Amino acid sequence: MPLKNDIKKVLVIGSGPIVIGQAAEFDYAGTQVCKTLTEIGLEVVLVNSNPATIMTDKTMASKVYIEPLKLDVLKKIIMLEKPDSLLPTLGGQTGLTLGMELAKEGFLERNNVKLIGATLDSIDKAEDRQMFEDMLADIGQPVIPSKVVNNLNDAIDFTYEIGFPVIIRPAYTLGGTGGGIAHGMDEFKVIAENGLRMSPITQIMVQKCISGWKEIEFEAIRDGKDNVITVCSMENIDPVGVHTGDSIVVAPAITLADKEFEMLRTAAINIVRALKVEGGCNIQFALHPDSFEYKVIEVNPRLSRSSALASKATGYPIAKVASLIAVGFTLDEIVNFITKKTYACTEPTIDYVVVKFPRWPFDKFVYGNRTLGTQMKATGEIMAIGNSFEMAMMKAVRCIELGLKTFNHQKYSLKTKDELYELVAHCDDERIFAIYAALKKGITPEEIYEITKIDKWFLYKMLNIVDMEKRLAESELDDELYMAAKHMGFLDGTIEELSGQRIKYKRYASYKMVDTCAAEVEAETPYFYSTFDEENEADIFLKKHPSDKKKVVVIGSGPIRIGQGVEFDYCSVHCVNALKKLGYEAVLINNNPETVSTDFDVATRLYFEPLTQEDVESVLMTEKPWGVVVQFGGQTAIKLTKFLSERGFKILGTPADSIDAAEDRERFDELLERCAIPRPAGHTAFTTEEALKAANSLGFPVLLRPSYVLGGQNMIIAYSDDDIMEYMDIITGTKLENPVLIDKYLMGTEIEVDAVCDGESLLIPGVMEHIERAGVHSGDSISVYPPQTLSDEVRGTVVEYTRKLAAALNVQGLVNVQYVLYEGQVYVIEVNPRSSRTIPYISKVTNIPIVELATRAMFGEKIADFGFGEGLYPDRDWIAVKVPVFSFPKLGDVDVHLGPEMKSTGEVLGLDRDFETALFKGLLAAGYELHKAATKVLITVKDVDKPEIVGLAQKFVEFGYEILATSSTAKYLTEHGVKAETVSMDTPEKFAEIVTIFDAGEIDFVVSTSKIGRKPAMLSVQLRRKAIERAIATLTSIDTANALANCLLTHKTVDDLNMIDICKL
Amino acid sequence: MNKTTDKAWLILADGTVYEGKSVGAAGTVYGELVCTTGMTGFQESLTDQSYYGQILAQTFPLMGNYGINNYDENTRVWVNGYVMREHCENPSNFRSQMGLEEFLKKQNTVGIYGVDTRALTRKVRTNGAMNCAITTEFPGDLSALLGEIREYKIEMTAPDSPPEIFGEDGFERTVVLYDYGVKDDMIKSLVSRRCKVVSVSPGTSVDGAMMKYAPDGFFIADGAGDPADYAAYLNIVRDIMASNKPVIGIGLGHQLMAMALGARVEKMKYGHRGANQPVLDVKLDKVFISTQNHGYTVCPDSVTENVGAVSHKNVNDGTCEGIRYAPGNAASLQYNPEPSSGPPDTKYFYDDFIDCMK
Repeated sequence: MPLKNDIKKVLVIGSGPIVIGQAAEFDYAGTQVCKTLTEIGLEVVLVNSNPATIMTDKTMASKVYIEPLKLDVLKKIIMLEKPDSLLPTLGGQTGLTLGMELAKEGFLERNNVKLIGATLDSIDKAEDRQMFEDMLADIGQPVIPSKVVNNLNDAIDFTYEIGFPVIIRPAYTLGGTGGGIAHGMDEFKVIAENGLRMSPITQIMVQKCISGWKEIEFEAIRDGKDNVITVCSMENIDPVGVHTGDSIVVAPAITLADKEFEMLRTAAINIVRALKVEGGCNIQFALHPDSFEYKVIEVNPRLSRSSALASKATGYPIAKVASLIAVGFTLDEIVNFITKKTYACTEPTIDYVVVKFPRWPFDKFVYGNRTLGTQMKATGEIMAIGNSFEMAMMKAVRCIELGLKTFNHQKYSLKTKDELYELVAHCDDERIFAIYAALKKGITPEEIYEITKIDKWFLYKMLNIVDMEKRLAESELDDELYMAAKHMGFLDGTIEELSGQRIKYKRYASYKMVDTCAAEVEAETPYFYSTFDEENEADIFLKKHPSDKKKVVVIGSGPIRIGQGVEFDYCSVHCVNALKKLGYEAVLINNNPETVSTDFDVATRLYFEPLTQEDVESVLMTEKPWGVVVQFGGQTAIKLTKFLSERGFKILGTPADSIDAAEDRERFDELLERCAIPRPAGHTAFTTEEALKAANSLGFPVLLRPSYVLGGQNMIIAYSDDDIMEYMDIITGTKLENPVLIDKYLMGTEIEVDAVCDGESLLIPGVMEHIERAGVHSGDSISVYPPQTLSDEVRGTVVEYTRKLAAALNVQGLVNVQYVLYEGQVYVIEVNPRSSRTIPYISKVTNIPIVELATRAMFGEKIADFGFGEGLYPDRDWIAVKVPVFSFPKLGDVDVHLGPEMKSTGEVLGLDRDFETALFKGLLAAGYELHKAATKVLITVKDVDKPEIVGLAQKFVEFGYEILATSSTAKYLTEHGVKAETVSMDTPEKFAEIVTIFDAGEIDFVVSTSKIGRKPAMLSVQLRRKAIERAIATLTSIDTANALANCLLTHKTVDDLNMIDICKL
Repeated sequence: MNKTTDKAWLILADGTVYEGKSVGAAGTVYGELVCTTGMTGFQESLTDQSYYGQILAQTFPLMGNYGINNYDENTRVWVNGYVMREHCENPSNFRSQMGLEEFLKKQNTVGIYGVDTRALTRKVRTNGAMNCAITTEFPGDLSALLGEIREYKIEMTAPDSPPEIFGEDGFERTVVLYDYGVKDDMIKSLVSRRCKVVSVSPGTSVDGAMMKYAPDGFFIADGAGDPADYAAYLNIVRDIMASNKPVIGIGLGHQLMAMALGARVEKMKYGHRGANQPVLDVKLDKVFISTQNHGYTVCPDSVTENVGAVSHKNVNDGTCEGIRYAPGNAASLQYNPEPSSGPPDTKYFYDDFIDCMK
């Protein structure tokens, strides 16, 4: 069946901001779908609030609306655009839920819009627990005993029926938010109550817990003719009980015999058929380790994180095929895009092992609750490919960028055997390292299996790695041993370190292809992974496809983590596109399976590899590029500059020495002095004593951070000696190679610019001003373009300083500079001679292809020739407000208080003609409810903030809220003429009263600041947690709160918003 | 690490030598090198009669992960030799009775691991199927060994075993199965559908079989090697198809049925071996995933009106995967519809056969 002829104009709903459980995989899926539908001649209308994605580039669709993903907004766009179809299956849970709501209300039917890719019935059957179970019962598929309930009493009754442990799963929440496993009644009540609250329809499922069973997933795809294939099977190393997003996952499923494998594959196909999905579908099973008994855990009739992984693991582009199916094509008509010889109805078969490893944010959230369960906590993931499991695992541990080269983690190296038994039993993000340490200490795979239920197959393979370490330490390092270690994925440096011997004859990696077919047919657009086999297929491929184009290698940004998000993938993709446009071959190295950069047809060639020195050098030895680009892959790529430069590779753009000059404190100070640019006074320190001395000489408050920071990692504002001591304790816990920087903290207006430079002149697309004063990390601040409060003089100074800095650093390409305006003077805070998180949104609103220009500047083209002028580009008529989005509800015990350490996972954009409307849109898109739902606002702030809350409280009162405040705050407000009811958190009973008020739904907003936060035991931290866990908007910066209150007072509604197609900007 | 450290060599007819390590029996074996892309089902492949005379290489790098199960003394390895990248020393599965290494030793199968089987697959893909040898003693005189390799020819003789009966007397239907190297699962597929199965040797006369067993249908089973080697039996195949009883054939049986009516069979460059081949059922207009293991194929242009019509074809390369015959009541498939090792998507073929016999 070819394209259905009643489909001409398709509305696509994106997934919105990146949050834990719904991340860059939807940028990847969305981009693939938009590209595909456009290619076949359809008009595509896209709605997505996330400006950081490739998907929301104006070239991706006929119409691109970066608007809040709200029902009313979508209705407005549908009325405006009159699409004939709506594709809801590629915007994650957000897109699916919105599509379903529009359909259920009858809005789609009234407006002649068809739901494509899934029917309302199939979504319901997969999403509604009861309908799901009924459907499975009809086709004879076993489910775990469970019951859907809408109140606590019913939930309790059911647990008496099935017994503990039980799992609580709230309905319609992302990444299992609000769920958990309960082993007893007290624990059960807490989780169940919370789950009911988190569910938008106050519904949870209580389910018999089958922790310890194998967790197996299938990705299947079905077309309108009822053809079904499975694309990939996956096995979670962590058994049932840990969210699949937090599990280390292996593809293909490896411990299943053919019989179990075919049993589950057939079950998957039958389920997809019963659901009548037209497109991709994910099916999760629990399989008893000692029998053929299995249960269906969950089905997602849409593209998902797993479908992205399955696509990258096999080379089969599920999103692309699914979108073609949605508009009428069938699997036997769609060509396999990798081989171009076979068809999409061929099940991929692979001849390597894939390991997916999650990246968690606990290096940043040191007090976060690390226990893994049904609620996902990882912000990103990596994919490693090897032709042995050991090699894939060893690559994986390098890819996650925790500074590890092996599974030896210093936290566990000195633990005793007894301690390790305990640690292995506790499932957290570092358990794999505890297991490795346990194997080293002689705890057997059988014992570990008994404790963890991790299949012995995996444990024996890990033991192989342990044994190899021993062999390296004990034997002579001959060529055979060296190659055996290389086949297991050891780096040369590690081999020499472990053996204490020099490698006599070094080998570089050779490369094999991901081709969907295990070499059965020749592939046209494959990608590569490293091995230590003799045959180097990349080399053969290069010889077979000679090109007179110059080759440039672009280093990607690795896993998505807080501080290095999808924005850097955006920049890498744009760099690749620019290189191709300029007539180069663009080769990309990256390891993130979720993102657009690792799609098979983005770069000329793609290498799925860790981004360490040796891994990257090996690729370069095969590719022999003309140049290497490091400035778009965030800190991951930048930190390779010096090494690659020393190894004789040509670094394009800003030279290595300039990068060092911007990051080395002393050199940077010198440079600023030379340019006569002021910066906040500061010192460096290696020890606590030095730090205390420096802080006291500068005067509190001071800002502390390690040099070479990423997203403000380990950065705090210290108000006292105690803060300094606490901080230095944490920071000196890890090896201190670089000093701690201590700066005078200036609480002024923060200003940020990105500039493109050609070594002499520069182009600043726009100046951004932050709503929050300095002290809140720039990534967590609301950023406004163009600035609303800055004088022309200040803007002039910013441009001038940027010009001087760029020239002094000899920047060729991008530079990002952050300033603070304090008491009329502009100070520079930070200079990053690389891409930044603001590039995507500024590119979109200014219509300047910043990355492309930067790429051209790297090749020596002149700013003057770009046609955008020189210096500061004129302000656009539009106001753009970038609002950060957080994933706090998913990260237990993490203090939601904003500070110099970045905490947000994503962002949205509000774009409109005036500032108030743009801000309103931004806040709405970020999830704030901007109307009065309850009656009260709770305010509790630290003393220094008190003078500022009077005006704020008055605004809330004016909007009709009553004010609740803790004792001293209430007193201050009353003294200054604002009526406030006093609450207290001085005793546990009183604290509980506040929580009761939360639970009663009386509070719309909490404004809470405290001098020191972080530690979960502190009451202020707990109060904020209680609020955020009850979905009460919690504001920890007076500036954010003021902006929000101002917004409320404009009494805007969705009706007042302009729907803006950014293609027309 | 694998403990076995004895070396072994895989030597191809074109002179390429791969050094690896020995697993299983020691010695030298010859065969036609074939590669399968299936990721599970190694035990089923090793014991598949249609691999007779061949040395099997696995493209998936990790073999033996879940061990050997359902082992009994009748289990027999049919491959001449076995090539892997890695074999698992610590299999993990609740049914595992022994590891792959022990199994190969018990079966006296010569195996080699530590070989880049992807490189091997690429070679076969480019150069076509070729002969090879695995040896645990590197020959002083390679050219002599190469001579042996090049001259190696699979000696195919049809099985000539006495009739054997499967199933129970009370079953509604009786099927006479002409055994060219049947797989247990083919018999199971019929028995589980309440057919009494009488397996007979290919030389059995049709009249005799009709008299003796009064069958409701015939089944011409799979076997190994070049169908031309079985030309002597084409008359009997023709008689079966003219018997007016429902007849099905699979694999070699499919090729023989087509040849009996005048269609042509040719050797493929490197065949289909794996569990992921898409087959279009022309009548249903639906695609199914099939398990395949064949190196010969019926030329679609030779399936004339007199022969019948191609009922199933491979979506990727358009090769003939099934024929519905013009005369009589006969159908055949090139691939294996029985649900063992690989997807059971097309087991409906057996159901249709049963329906025909009603």
